[in-house]
Amino acid sequence: MKIEKVAGTNNKHKVFVYALSTCAWCKKTKKYLQDKGIEFEFVDVDLCDKEDLEQVKKDISKQGLGMSFPIIIVDDKNHIVGFREDKLDEAFMD
Amino acid sequence: MTTLDYVRQRAESDARSRGYRLNSDASFLNDLLEGLKKNEERYGYPSCPCRIATGKLDLDRDIICPCDYRDPDVAEFGACYCALYIRGDIAAGTLRVQPVAERRPLEKQSAALVELLGTEVQPAAAPEPPSMEAPKAVSAGKEMVALASDTKRPEMGGKLKLWYCKQCGYTVFREEPPYICPICKAKKELFAEISIEIAEKI
Repeated sequence: MKIEKVAGTNNKHKVFVYALSTCAWCKKTKKYLQDKGIEFEFVDVDLCDKEDLEQVKKDISKQGLGMSFPIIIVDDKNHIVGFREDKLDEAFMD
Repeated sequence: MTTLDYVRQRAESDARSRGYRLNSDASFLNDLLEGLKKNEERYGYPSCPCRIATGKLDLDRDIICPCDYRDPDVAEFGACYCALYIRGDIAAGTLRVQPVAERRPLEKQSAALVELLGTEVQPAAAPEPPSMEAPKAVSAGKEMVALASDTKRPEMGGKLKLWYCKQCGYTVFREEPPYICPICKAKKELFAEISIEIAEKI
């Protein structure tokens, strides 16, 4: 799977973003994290092949989520669906 | 080739015709238009940039921009799902764009996923044998046009049918009626199927 890592000065949390390469909200989410210096990894789901997509679906389902993007997983447990600035602020308060 | 300008003009003209505005955040708008352009290039139609498409027209039809859900979403939330189209009061800055919950029915999302994952599709139920009783037919020479009495929802992946809006007469050829009439905004329930039978030549 083509997982890209974006380096940042804040690596207190493990942050993973499921995104679509065409989605403006996903782009906004990535920019939010970058602007805050938060280190994260992401995958553009629309660019995945079938095998990777299968894995993505499995991972997303494990969190009890559907295929709505962006999905931001913080420390493997907290998940935020959509660009919700208030929720993101809350998750990265520390 | 689809240009960004073409995509922008098309969206602007569509927004005008509906009394909507395009998103007033220039860079966000640009991202959305770029997304639409990319989808048009890879699928042949501008499917919603914020939803995952399959590349199969029949499965993506409802999420081709402007999607079936735009009008009810703009009415309820002030913006469509991807926030390309927004209501005037939002554009004027008196209200903020709120996150829009996905209105696309789960069965459509699942059908898309099944296609993307290449898993076996449950075989659709065998079509009912044609009724021997001729529906109330309006006979017109060699062609018989019958108006079906109900709007029974076909199985996913079913046959394309003609549907008409009982409120304004808008007619559309697809598997099932649109979520909302794009002309008069009547709900799906106000659509009825038109069945056409071509009589055999004598």
